[in-house]
Amino acid sequence: MNTAKRKLIVDEVRLDGRKFDDIRPMKIESGVLPNANGSSYLEQGRNKILVGVFGPREMHPKHLADPHKAVLRCRYHMAPFSVDPRRSPAPSRRDTELSMVIRNALEPAIFLERYPRASIDAYAEILEADGSTRCACIVAASVALVDAGIPMRDLVVACSAGKVDGEIVLDLDDIEDKEGTADLPVAYMPKLGKVTLLQMDGILSPEEFDRAFQLTLEGGKKIYEFQREALKTKYAKQVEKGEKGSVEQV
Amino acid sequence: MSQLFENRSFVVPGDVLAEGGLRPGENTYRLQGKIYAARVGLVEYSRGGVSVIALESNYEPRVGEIVIGTVMDVDLGGWRVDIEGSSPALLNVSDVLDEPFKPEMVLPKVFDLGDVIVARVVSVSRDGTPILSTLGSNLGKVEKGRLVRMTPSKIPRLIGKKGSMVNMILKETGCQIVIGQNGIILVSCKDSGMGDLVVRVMQKIESEAHTTGLTNRIYEFIKEIKEKEKR
Amino acid sequence: MSRFEVVSKLRRTRISTVIAQGKREDGRGLSDFRAIKIRKGIIDKAEGSAEVFLGNTRVIAGVKVDKGEPFSDTPNQAVLTVNAEFTPIASPTFEPGPPDETSVELARVVDRGIRSSEAIDLEKYCITPGKTVYVIFVDLFILNHSGNLIDASALASVAALQNTKLPKYALESDKISLLDTREPLELRDLPITVSIGKIGNNLIVDPTADEEEIMDTRLTIATNKDGHICAMQKSGSTGLDLEEIKKAINMAREKATEIRKLLMES
Repeated sequence: MNTAKRKLIVDEVRLDGRKFDDIRPMKIESGVLPNANGSSYLEQGRNKILVGVFGPREMHPKHLADPHKAVLRCRYHMAPFSVDPRRSPAPSRRDTELSMVIRNALEPAIFLERYPRASIDAYAEILEADGSTRCACIVAASVALVDAGIPMRDLVVACSAGKVDGEIVLDLDDIEDKEGTADLPVAYMPKLGKVTLLQMDGILSPEEFDRAFQLTLEGGKKIYEFQREALKTKYAKQVEKGEKGSVEQV
Repeated sequence: MSQLFENRSFVVPGDVLAEGGLRPGENTYRLQGKIYAARVGLVEYSRGGVSVIALESNYEPRVGEIVIGTVMDVDLGGWRVDIEGSSPALLNVSDVLDEPFKPEMVLPKVFDLGDVIVARVVSVSRDGTPILSTLGSNLGKVEKGRLVRMTPSKIPRLIGKKGSMVNMILKETGCQIVIGQNGIILVSCKDSGMGDLVVRVMQKIESEAHTTGLTNRIYEFIKEIKEKEKR
Repeated sequence: MSRFEVVSKLRRTRISTVIAQGKREDGRGLSDFRAIKIRKGIIDKAEGSAEVFLGNTRVIAGVKVDKGEPFSDTPNQAVLTVNAEFTPIASPTFEPGPPDETSVELARVVDRGIRSSEAIDLEKYCITPGKTVYVIFVDLFILNHSGNLIDASALASVAALQNTKLPKYALESDKISLLDTREPLELRDLPITVSIGKIGNNLIVDPTADEEEIMDTRLTIATNKDGHICAMQKSGSTGLDLEEIKKAINMAREKATEIRKLLMES
């Protein structure tokens, strides 16, 4: 039995009402986890991600330490209830690959050479997933690393673009990712102008690639403003809270 | 030579602070003729240089600094001390007892696991490991008081210009305060109520470190609380 | 903010001294809970969800419901399974990896509280006896560890079950198909877990992470809405005498009533 493939774009409007170059509604907060050195919470459409950063700290196990620089370890991990149907809490091969590409996307921005033998651990926990989560993790982790006070060359922004119903669109959600014909996640350091993550899945002509890539740069600009805002408003909020700063008896 | 931000504006890593021949100061770096921010904070332009007063910073030990930490391991010939930095600090017997290690020494009798110590950083090894010493006055094991943790980058605010803030707090509360540059502070007061007040003062400094007129506000804050307690 | 690897002797002494004087470091009384905040229905893709803040301890429970085979020894009962993940963002001492004994213990204690109270009528949620039943997953995600993870997790689980909407299935001869409607999960009870620690000669309720480090022993007690005990778990390396156990039970029943009220109002 043949079911007709549903239309993802009708009258130049996407299923969730967005135009081709709209990113999903976004919110980022920094400094949300008291036990982490740095942290952030990000929402992008239905994506909900918490990132905790620990370090630079002593590397365990010792034999994995690098005598020349700190080792950045990233973990992409989804909660069983973050997707439908439920997924097992055990790490999958996809988790392993995404952890690695996220690490590769963030490494160039961090002054790892300042902390030989140490580890910097960035753990992303995905509470709800709705497409382009690796980009969202990179955006959130970037904020968490800055929140941890770790010296960085630049922030890292990330955004996806793709081809859906023949059109090039920005920031794919889950349905667009699954039912579209190309997915292009890109991460880059905006002030230094260097791409640190580039993956493509699907088929794009060179012109379509150019258009999609350009879109990710535009999307990235908007996301960068959310990152800045997240870092800035933490301090305004602290003054509001008055005495309740993050001082702890130890 | 161009100053690209207003003095004391909020900057994030990657922001281009200046172009040209300015000296890259704290929390900045130079790349191809431009000076960039390396940490989130407030940019400060001074004569010939630009730096960032960091709002968030991990602790990087410097020779001469006082740190407060907890003994986490007793080793052969010394101790490893947790100062919440990128690596544990090392404390050798010769930097504590002023004599070399002898096999009959019982090290846990000097400093045991869980002891809190005030020490000075005497050197930093090539891989960033701080080497400590407790030789000197007011250094060594802490017997009483409580420890409070603040963000290391806010410690200068707690101290104030030429000690103005901390001296004011000492005078108004009568407590003893030892400040570790690693963000750990020892507070000992005769009256535990005063101790609670000092902790509240530190919470306020932690959240308002980036604002101006703080010393006066803290002074008023202390006065207000002391009056309330009197009633 | 990370923590010292070793809790300092100074801190241990301070906590013990303050408790011996009948107070806690944060000003609470020995039998006071920290501030509790409950948010329900926060994960759209889950059939039910809730986030609980207990002081700085933060836990999310997500409920996912599917259909599946029953266990062979209970062919007419829905399957309920509780799993806990101590995520590494929650504490510098948590490492990524499979659940360790503390994580497994927590999941099983939370499960017992719900199961023994018969809050869910598992036989009601059988679809075809012996073949197909509802499978209810309660997944706990620890987001920040500031002590007393068990009570926070148990509360989050019950709050998540409270707002759980079950998928509905239609039975046509041998085929089971998914309907468009959803039906709220019926909860017949609200079991509440209260953990009590012993420090020196004092019993304290809702221990913080540092209090847990110096605690001699912990007794967790779950009670149902009639005040009956439906689960107990003692852990720790020292013993408790009968007086202390009785006192703990009374404390648990009293606090459970307060917390249940909060849960019903949230």
